[in-house]
Amino acid sequence: MKNKTRLPHLYLALLMIIMYLPIVVVIIYSFNVSKQSTIWGGWTINWYKEVFRDSSLIEALKNSLVLGLLSCSIAGLIGTIGAVGMVKATYKSKGLVEYISTLPIMIPEIILGMVFMVFFSLLRLPFGMITLVIGHASFCIPYVFMMVKARLVGIDKSYIEAAKDLGATEVRAFLDITLPLISPAIVSGMLLAFAMSLDDVVISIFVTGAKTNTLPIKIYTQLKTGITPKINALSTLMLLGTLILVILSNVIGKRKRV
Amino acid sequence: MRSYICAAVGGGMEEIMSEVILEINHIMKNFGNTEVLKDIDIKIEEGEFITLLGSSGCGKTTILRIIAGLEVPDSGTIFLNGKDVTNVEPNKRDVNTVFQNYALFPHMNVEENIGYSMKLRKVQKKAINEKVKETLELVQLSGYEKRMPSELSGGQKQRVAIARAIVNNPKVLLLDEPLGALDLQLRRQMQMELKRMQKKLGITFIYITHDQEEAINMSDRIVVMRDGKFEQIGTPTEIYDKPKTSYVAEFVGNANIIHGTTTSIQDGLAVVTAPGGNVEAEINEEQLVVGEDVTLAIRSENIILHLDKSMGGLKSLLKEKSFASGMQKIILEIEDGTEVISSSLGMNTDLAVNSTLYINFNPSHGIIVDLQSV
Amino acid sequence: MEKKEKKKKSKSKLWMTVAPLYIFTILFVVGPLIYMLNLSFMTRAEVWGVVKKFTFDNYLKIFEPVYLDTFIESLKLSLATTLITLVVGYPFGYFMAKLSAKWKKIMMLLVVVPFWTNALIRMYGWIIIFRSNGLLDKALIGIGMTEKPLKLLYSYPAVLVGMVYSLLPFMILAIYSVAEKMDWSYIEAARDLGASRLQAFLTITVKLTLPGILSGVVLVFIPSMGLFFISDILGGGKIMLVGNLIRDQLFTTRDWPFAAALSVVLMILTSLIIMLYRKITHVRDLEGIL
Repeated sequence: MKNKTRLPHLYLALLMIIMYLPIVVVIIYSFNVSKQSTIWGGWTINWYKEVFRDSSLIEALKNSLVLGLLSCSIAGLIGTIGAVGMVKATYKSKGLVEYISTLPIMIPEIILGMVFMVFFSLLRLPFGMITLVIGHASFCIPYVFMMVKARLVGIDKSYIEAAKDLGATEVRAFLDITLPLISPAIVSGMLLAFAMSLDDVVISIFVTGAKTNTLPIKIYTQLKTGITPKINALSTLMLLGTLILVILSNVIGKRKRV
Repeated sequence: MRSYICAAVGGGMEEIMSEVILEINHIMKNFGNTEVLKDIDIKIEEGEFITLLGSSGCGKTTILRIIAGLEVPDSGTIFLNGKDVTNVEPNKRDVNTVFQNYALFPHMNVEENIGYSMKLRKVQKKAINEKVKETLELVQLSGYEKRMPSELSGGQKQRVAIARAIVNNPKVLLLDEPLGALDLQLRRQMQMELKRMQKKLGITFIYITHDQEEAINMSDRIVVMRDGKFEQIGTPTEIYDKPKTSYVAEFVGNANIIHGTTTSIQDGLAVVTAPGGNVEAEINEEQLVVGEDVTLAIRSENIILHLDKSMGGLKSLLKEKSFASGMQKIILEIEDGTEVISSSLGMNTDLAVNSTLYINFNPSHGIIVDLQSV
Repeated sequence: MEKKEKKKKSKSKLWMTVAPLYIFTILFVVGPLIYMLNLSFMTRAEVWGVVKKFTFDNYLKIFEPVYLDTFIESLKLSLATTLITLVVGYPFGYFMAKLSAKWKKIMMLLVVVPFWTNALIRMYGWIIIFRSNGLLDKALIGIGMTEKPLKLLYSYPAVLVGMVYSLLPFMILAIYSVAEKMDWSYIEAARDLGASRLQAFLTITVKLTLPGILSGVVLVFIPSMGLFFISDILGGGKIMLVGNLIRDQLFTTRDWPFAAALSVVLMILTSLIIMLYRKITHVRDLEGIL
């Protein structure tokens, strides 16, 4: 039964245009000579140069990258071995623990931010990179956990049994068989976590210290105070970076699909 | 003359040489509330090809897994070569398994799959390569070292799985319905290859299947299993010619089961009254009591049909007849509603549906089954 | 007995693998949440900090008209957002599922990419478009639809657009993942039996894609309650939602117990929705949506 009208395609195209509109606008205006977005002054790449000259911006970028790397690494470790253990576990409270550990991505970010902020105050932890990492790790872990668990569940148990049958110990079977087979999921999960960390503004606002700025926070404050096309340039660059990450994640995730 | 003596002596020597390699003692296993294995007991001899035959769910895979060490029995013991291995980890048993779905490691090529167990034992790379090459030759897959499992056909994967399991020269090889996923032609071919391989290597094969044809063609001994118990253990001939229960008779060789009462016993022949008439069955060692119920099993190829009751037999109605691959199959119904199937060569067009025929058989083909004393 | 020993050994190895997850979860998820609950019952001290005096005041305060209004406004906005997202996103996911395999992959990528760009950047794009004398105004004036620039930015509609825009991909993906697995022969059977296109759609398609609709609704509604920065940026601070309220109470007013109480209520609301969702769909986890 074929739909003869072009309606579906039109609808999809229209919506796609609307979806990309703001992004395209930001990119185009990053080349605007004029500071104000209401006036078009001509083409220039000055703003891009300004980005690299702004030390506080670069500092914020560095912080975001370090934060992202740390968070996704911790998530990778804890999430992976947690998933491995959970899949084998059979006791009753297992469901509850899973639910609680994936809570951070299910509740509104603001609550998480708020909760962390008061909790860290209670513990008298210095607000800064440490609190940022903990906060980000908490919502990164569920992503890795869920992706690894999903992949793990799909792997035939008989591979591990065959390995043991051939002489492998539990540990060896995990290293030789399970790990290689779940590595695409681990990598995808970590890339996803990295992208989420880089993107986060809500939680970061609540758990960062006065001296530590992440890129999203910097952009947010600038959005509220005064914007220059420098932000457009920066945003375009970030867009490029995230694009590369997403493509990487997809490519790796699709390879080795057994 | 001399050859006869040699053969006799050789035969005798072989019997003494055959020792028990695997002892399965009173194994019981429950999964939750279900009794999957109920007192499994058997001694398996070195170098024999023994098949566990049964329908799905009877517990044959569970026994295999217990022998491999992938499951632990609730009670009972397993002795391998005289040592108690009941609680030994699978990686420490000298037993290897060919899994039903092959379980070839998808991220390793053929060479790495086969060589995996050797790598674990830290064998030198050169030695591994040589042994892998040797084993590939044995399964007729020379040159396939670098292929990935995803590039292999079903039959090829199967052979790699076997190669991987025999490369260690295990004492016992467990095969879990290895030919199930192959088409008929390939299956028949592999049956012969497996048998040939087993004889050549001398490894004890414990084989699982639900296909009676496979069991009869390949095994030295067959164990017919049903609902977690061993129904009968014997050579293919024994299982086929002398089934002890109606289940075995029906499972292996599609027998007809007739229930009747013994009316007299004379000169090794029992006269049995069944719905629609009398038949005679040969008694060998069975203890029959006159007046008691008895169950007979007769293979469909042994059924003889008469048009009148002058030769005795059971009155029956012809319900259906069909013809396929040179065999005529006739379905009849005797007076208590039991279906009897007769199969014979050639086509007989005289017999019409709904005509009355008398079913009989040579007394030696009437097998007495389900005796209580058994 | 040897067997019991073996069981114990493998159990302890299992514990080692889940331990880090447990410890992290208890320390940094359960702990903070319990503390927040605790905090919501405390009293705010005069200048700074809290006094450990148990009180229900914070919860009672929520019922004051001004705060209750905020909750209601937030709920209304979330509901509106969810509804619009559903209406706009459902056809999208549905049409997407009917594309050829090649186009499906392309579309998937196209839908996901904006999703991964920084939310703030996308909001900024809307600012450029919506602001007075911005792109939209220029376009409308240009084609003669209006004389003066519209004051679209810093208004409720702008916030709504921002919210729908941010959360649309969730709805699309949820609908798509269900529609994609649908067996179109059901529709053909219905048509064969005499149903019109509309009837077939209403009775068959909608029912079959219901799981997707439900998960999409949950995936949009819950985050929408917390996206305060959208109303902050696109609403110019004129629109106060629960998220903004909590943020203000924490940073400006510094009434932490009250903020905690607000958060607890918010959490209860979202938990209720999740529980409702689970009950309806008998779904154990949301992993499939990833």
